[in-house]
Amino acid sequence: MHPAPSIVLFTVLSGLGLGQMAWLSLGLGPDEGLFRWIACALALAVAGSGGLCSTGHLGRRDRAWRAFSQWRSSWLSREACLMVAAMAAFGLYAAIWCLGGVRLWGLGIVASVLAVATIYSTAMIYAQLKTVPRWSMTPTAWLFLAVGLTGGLLASGAVAGLIGGAVHGWWTALALVITIGVVIWWQTAAAGAVRSADGSTMETATGLGFMGRVRLFEAPHTGSNYLLKEMAYEVGRNRAFELRRIGAALGFLTPLVFSVAALLVGGWLMALALVAHVVGMLALRWLFFAEAEHVQALYYGRK
Amino acid sequence: MWGIMADGSQPKLDTSPHVSDEIRKTTCYMCACRCGIDVHLRDGADGKRVVSYIEGNRDHPVNRGVLCAKGSAGIMQHYSPARLKKPLKRTGPRGSGQFQEIEWDEALEIATGWLDPIRRSDPSKLAFFTGRDQSQSLTSWWAQQYGTPNYAAHGGFCSVNMAAAGIYTLGGAFWEFGTPDWERTRLFMIFGVAEDHDSNPIKIGIGQLKTNGGKVIGVNPVRTGYNAVADEWVGITPGTDGLFILAMVHELLRTGHVDLDYLCRWTNAPYLVDRNPGASFGLFVRDGDGKPLVWDRASGQVQPFDKPGLKPALKGDFPSPDGGRAVPVFELMAEKYLAPEYTPDAVAERCGVTAATIKRLAAELADVAFNQAFEIELPWTDFRGEKHESFIGRPVSFHAMRGISAHSNGFQTCRALHVLQLLLGTVEAPGGFRFKPPYPKPVEAHPAPHSKSRPDSPLNGPHLGFPRSPDDLALREDGSPVRIDKAFTWDAPMSIHGMMHMVIANAHAGDPYKIDVLFIYMANMAWNSSMNTAGVIDMLTDKDDSGAYKIPKIIYSDAYSSEMVAYADLVLPDTTYLERHDCISMLDRPICEADAAADAIRWPVVEPATQAEGRDVRGFQSVLIDLGARLQLPSFVDEAGNPKYRDYADYIVNHERRPGVGPLAGWRGEDGEATGRGAVNPRQLERYIENGSFFQTHIPEEARFFKPFNAAYQDWAVKMGFFDKPQPYIFQIYVEPVRKFQLAAEGHGERQPPEHLRAQVKAAFDPLPVWWQPFEQAAVSGEEFPLHAITQRPAAMYHSWGTQNAWLRQIHGQNPLYVHGSVLEAHGLKDGDWAYLISHHGRIKVPVARMDALNPHTVWTWNAIGKREGAWALDPKAPEAQKGFLLNHLIHELLPPKGDGLRWSNSDPVTGQAAWYDLRVKIEKAEAGAEVSEPRIGRQKSPVGQGSGNVAHGEGWK
Amino acid sequence: MTTLPESTQRKLGLVIDLDICVGCHACAVSCKEWNTGGYGAPLADTDAYGADPVGAWLNRVHTFEVQPPPSPTGPAPAQIVHFPKSCLHCDDAPCVTVCPTGASYKRVEDGIVLVNEDHCMGCGLCAWACPYGAREMDPLAGVMKKCTLCVDRIYNENLPEEDRIPACVRSCPAGARHFGDLGDPDSDVSQLVTERGGFDLMPEQGTKPTNKYLPPRPRDAQLGGCGGGAVNLAELAEPEVKGFLGWLDKALERIG
Ligand SMILES: Nc1nc2c(c(=O)[nH]1)N[C@H]1C(S)=C(S)[C@@H](COP(=O)(O)OP(=O)(O)OC[C@H]3O[C@@H](n4cnc5c(=O)[nH]c(N)nc54)[C@H](O)[C@@H]3O)O[C@H]1N2
Ligand SMILES: Nc1nc2c(c(=O)[nH]1)N[C@H]1C(S)=C(S)[C@@H](COP(=O)(O)OP(=O)(O)OC[C@H]3O[C@@H](n4cnc5c(=O)[nH]c(N)nc54)[C@H](O)[C@@H]3O)O[C@H]1N2
Ligand code: SF4
Ligand code: SF4
Ligand code: SF4
Ligand code: SF4
Ligand code: SF4
Ligand SMILES: [Mo]
Repeated sequence: MHPAPSIVLFTVLSGLGLGQMAWLSLGLGPDEGLFRWIACALALAVAGSGGLCSTGHLGRRDRAWRAFSQWRSSWLSREACLMVAAMAAFGLYAAIWCLGGVRLWGLGIVASVLAVATIYSTAMIYAQLKTVPRWSMTPTAWLFLAVGLTGGLLASGAVAGLIGGAVHGWWTALALVITIGVVIWWQTAAAGAVRSADGSTMETATGLGFMGRVRLFEAPHTGSNYLLKEMAYEVGRNRAFELRRIGAALGFLTPLVFSVAALLVGGWLMALALVAHVVGMLALRWLFFAEAEHVQALYYGRK
Repeated sequence: MWGIMADGSQPKLDTSPHVSDEIRKTTCYMCACRCGIDVHLRDGADGKRVVSYIEGNRDHPVNRGVLCAKGSAGIMQHYSPARLKKPLKRTGPRGSGQFQEIEWDEALEIATGWLDPIRRSDPSKLAFFTGRDQSQSLTSWWAQQYGTPNYAAHGGFCSVNMAAAGIYTLGGAFWEFGTPDWERTRLFMIFGVAEDHDSNPIKIGIGQLKTNGGKVIGVNPVRTGYNAVADEWVGITPGTDGLFILAMVHELLRTGHVDLDYLCRWTNAPYLVDRNPGASFGLFVRDGDGKPLVWDRASGQVQPFDKPGLKPALKGDFPSPDGGRAVPVFELMAEKYLAPEYTPDAVAERCGVTAATIKRLAAELADVAFNQAFEIELPWTDFRGEKHESFIGRPVSFHAMRGISAHSNGFQTCRALHVLQLLLGTVEAPGGFRFKPPYPKPVEAHPAPHSKSRPDSPLNGPHLGFPRSPDDLALREDGSPVRIDKAFTWDAPMSIHGMMHMVIANAHAGDPYKIDVLFIYMANMAWNSSMNTAGVIDMLTDKDDSGAYKIPKIIYSDAYSSEMVAYADLVLPDTTYLERHDCISMLDRPICEADAAADAIRWPVVEPATQAEGRDVRGFQSVLIDLGARLQLPSFVDEAGNPKYRDYADYIVNHERRPGVGPLAGWRGEDGEATGRGAVNPRQLERYIENGSFFQTHIPEEARFFKPFNAAYQDWAVKMGFFDKPQPYIFQIYVEPVRKFQLAAEGHGERQPPEHLRAQVKAAFDPLPVWWQPFEQAAVSGEEFPLHAITQRPAAMYHSWGTQNAWLRQIHGQNPLYVHGSVLEAHGLKDGDWAYLISHHGRIKVPVARMDALNPHTVWTWNAIGKREGAWALDPKAPEAQKGFLLNHLIHELLPPKGDGLRWSNSDPVTGQAAWYDLRVKIEKAEAGAEVSEPRIGRQKSPVGQGSGNVAHGEGWK
Repeated sequence: MTTLPESTQRKLGLVIDLDICVGCHACAVSCKEWNTGGYGAPLADTDAYGADPVGAWLNRVHTFEVQPPPSPTGPAPAQIVHFPKSCLHCDDAPCVTVCPTGASYKRVEDGIVLVNEDHCMGCGLCAWACPYGAREMDPLAGVMKKCTLCVDRIYNENLPEEDRIPACVRSCPAGARHFGDLGDPDSDVSQLVTERGGFDLMPEQGTKPTNKYLPPRPRDAQLGGCGGGAVNLAELAEPEVKGFLGWLDKALERIG
């Protein structure tokens, strides 16, 4: 699938921001002025800019509001509604906390659940697509949840670290270890989820399997088209391997080392851990899209 | 807030939107098939009419409502940015594309200034050649009145083998003059066809035939299109169809599966052939009236062939009236094809078809022709006066096109196929191959070629015709060619369509003489319609010592900014097909059906000036008529020297070729009630328009089959004005005019071929079909050049002119070379790699792609996709110009030198048909590098600018 | 609206005969031509005369090469199959349920899957959800385009009755495209599907397409003589009378 920058940024940032919201509204982080303001603002800003990015690839941005209408059936609509609800709930929570100094645990739980549900809906936009076997697997939702929540933890840690608060290094490390596990789980499943995973092949796509082995002779047009640009993206093996290494190293291993090191060296290391994580995640999320194969490309001879 | 959709309702749709403001019916010209179209028009916001939609005309005999991809893309052609706008005068060097726009008056004055003096001194200084011209009856008439012998259309490089073989054998050809009886045929065999001119009818027919459970057999090295839907594919090796067909003939003869009754009655199989050594050896034995004789078994003596009640002998040695010996054609034929050289086993390897397959196919043909024969009960009378109760149907039909004709053995191969049809008794039989009026028409009903030119006078008759003997050749006293293209010379005696592909080379060489003006109408001769394209470009731009162009003046009419435009000195911009009058006449290439005669018109469904800013173009035919008047050509001016016709529309209505016979057959007579023959009807065009721009009249029931011999048909044809008296004839298995040329080569007669051609003429002019190895194949080493290279027409593109089309160019924007998997692998190539393709003449660099449904010794590509940078108003970086390529660079108009000091023509020795598909090549992997095709011909400047940006047709009314 | 109707009154769709489709692209271009001027935004082409022309099309014709396994008599020649493809108007259309705006919907009365272009925000998710590549974003209007089954023709009272069929069906020269109600087992199209063994594309995707494809009939060696029967090759055995010319006498006698 075409790794549109807007979508890569959207999923990474909204996941991060929402993950942070989920923790903050559960009472995580020092209950002190600077942290309140910075952490809440960061969470809202990151999630909000992620949300804005998501409109970047719309053909008709002016109609984005219509996306709130189909929550009964559409994961994308649910995601939009939940996102707004989560931000509203968290916004209220944050306002009361920052201005009033009170952390309303009831509201907090609501905001946290909404944030987690939003991440889940984002994941389901992809996980629901039977047409993209690499996404349409159980681990996909866990992947988004794990990455979002761990990112959120890192983000809170980074804010806390910078202002000299407690950074929960061990907890973060534990989350990272779990996430690494989920990532490996997803990656292992994805490796097997080629186009033919659900039995779709050029033979079933064309229905000509009864005659023999099918290959594309001529594409409908010699030039390119929306379908090819959008759904038959191809990424070189070496490039993918490189990016995956960088993604793993920056996204998880560096933060893991830094969050433990932060306990010894200083909280500010958490900020570096966050930056590394975000960069690593951008690389991995780019691959999440770029490597995903769509079954319609079978009609264009991609096996 | 978001309630509209969430409430479970669905949007209210207007399912009856307004379609258009007016429908005007005319004839498509996105190709030469000439389908009827309904052109929908809308009034734009600015009050100007826009063409909004084009669909097929359901009532039209050609397409019956359907429309092909090109036809549907007509709008994009009509609004193409490559449309020429105004007459152009060259300002830069030839080929640069630098022009100055001029007014029509100036353009016509320049043309008159060039053409008038040479007409007065030597009309042959003008060479006037037209492309796929649908107004040949006007252009040839004009050229005849001008007086130059140098006129022809594109047939010589297109499919003249098919036309010549068909007319000499059957009195009609596959090429547009006939059609399989789609409704009744059960087995259809199609040779070497990618698209053909009958684009839509063939598709309709194949669909119908297969839906009815009939079987299609495709004989073609490549399995695409019709061959892809064929129930059986014979992946023949190019150039070997003649052998393959004659091996089937062998099988049918060997096993006695031939229609003897049909052969006796309707073919010259029983004609007695003179066997007395001398000047009449091999000619028919005739009576005092010149009628060929047959041996009548009943009376035991010779009788004229057309006597009723004959029982002709098909074998035996008979005394001829002059005391010599004679043998029936049939025996000569049987002897020839029963020889071991024609057994399936003897030909199988060369054809790339197994002997078992050849035998089985022959059996299938016989099975269907004879075991599935049927009768149509309908009494009819033949030309001998014999009455028949029914028509015997033989549901086997054939069709063929350039795959067998565009070879140097094409004439005889096409003849072989016709002989096969005749043996099965299937020509003009129900279920077989049937002619479309005004065909069938025997050679005798066609003129012979004319070429006598005198200053300031018309030519002595029509340029093109059918030579009956060497006497009809266009040779001067000294034996040198009269025509610039050397048509009707010993090089190609039966070049009945002329040899347009030789014009530029000969004019450049000044051989046989120099010309002054080259006048071309709609043929992209600087690109895809020439062999050796780069060489032709050099000839067009070559200068003599004085710095003048070797071809002094070039006038060209095109509607779009093609490659050829850049090489003209004066460009006459034509309209698009929706903006002019045209006439698809029965005097020319007809659009008739097997059961009906038909003709059609085009008319300006929109006016050019309203279709784009500053558009100042004129229909070429009207311009030609104007030029004719300016040059004071007889028949274009009245006695006072005033123009006789206002424009083409006026000519279509008022011109009469013979009294009562004009360009259009419908609604003649003052009241419009006459058909075929009749006085001029001033309201004729209106009547056509009212009827959807075509006219159709049905052949009477009992006249529909066996037309050449059917008295009712002959009478109807006379009534229609096709002939002035009945012209019945029978089919010519053995072609006497061909034998006459052979006789000359054997040393008989006044006119003798030059010595270097004697052996070739002797071998090629066999009165019974023969096969020889295609010339290029024979001239180069099969080891060095192991592959055959051919092209195919894509259904969704028309030669070069489809490329300017925003829609069609998305489908075919570049062309790979298709190579068999085994060959790709042997050369270490894979899909998308680049390779060099090398012939004896040149080398091109091309992208390759795999295809296994292909004869393994063959490579191919789509025709005419590659373009010159700057042409067709495209971005010079367009894929057509960067990756697209022409095979033409590898094909030379001459064969490689044989070491005899002569250069032999790469064409059929009988007709001069360009042998496009004889090409032999080898393939080499190209080193990594720029992915652009080679050769690169420099960029031309576009006189119409570059088409830019986006297209969103329909925006205007939404 | 984005949920699918429980059932539709009719199931209009296309049946495409792969046995006779010659791959001419007529259907694709006439579809483009009708629809650029018809339902919704024009079907735009960007860089139409440039280096990378890309347009929106609702119907595209693919071409496949099929290599059958060798037959007992030897290797079988490869075959070419032309394959036009447009929206299949699925019963379980995933493109509809994913749509966040409700622009995508399946009509209750005839099962046609449509995009309400006034509501579409151009997110592209429906195109991702479609296994068949049947939806294309218009490059200029930014809204999703798809085959409308010519909903603006099939009921259009401004068109003559006989023309109330999809543009692609009307133009197809080979007669390879059929239009009708696949929900009615007695309709011509349903009959065709039954007789010829019409099939679904990618049934494993669970979309339950309405459009059906008719398979190419057996080709080449798998086939008997014309009309299906075996050719009587014995009949072509050399005549018993001495050679061909001997046979000729007999034969001529027979015809008198
Ligand atoms: N869409 C479209 N239609 C067209 C045209 C076009 O450009 N586009 N051009 C028009 C013109 S000008 C013409 S002349 C006609 C020509 O109509 P066709 O004759 O159908 O055109 P070609 O593309 O020359 O096709 C030749 C076919 O013969 C095959 N072939 C080549 N060599 C051999 C051989 O030795 N034996 C056999 N059996 N087959 C062989 C090729 O594979 C190819 O399929 O089409 C007309 N119709
Ligand atoms: N390699 C290879 N080469 C071939 C062939 C092949 O099979 N293989 N086929 C050969 C055959 S059969 C043919 S017929 C030729 C065809 O080759 P051409 O005759 O060159 O055909 P086109 O490319 O269509 O070019 C015709 C010209 O007419 C112009 N034109 C279009 N419409 C109009 C109009 O309304 N008025 C005027 N005045 N001009 C117009 C076009 O813009 C174009 O410049 O190609 C031949 N060349
Ligand atoms: S075959 Fe196509 S392009 Fe040719 S005349 Fe017919 S509709 Fe027009
Ligand atoms: S083919 Fe694709 S777009 Fe059409 S209904 Fe089925 S899933 Fe939706
Ligand atoms: S592109 Fe339009 S129709 Fe498709 S899912 Fe998005 S909003 Fe719905
Ligand atoms: S039904 Fe209409 S919209 Fe659909 S493919 Fe055919 S022409 Fe196009
Ligand atoms: S128009 Fe008919 S024959 Fe041509 S590609 Fe479409 S379905 Fe096939
Ligand atoms: Mo041609």
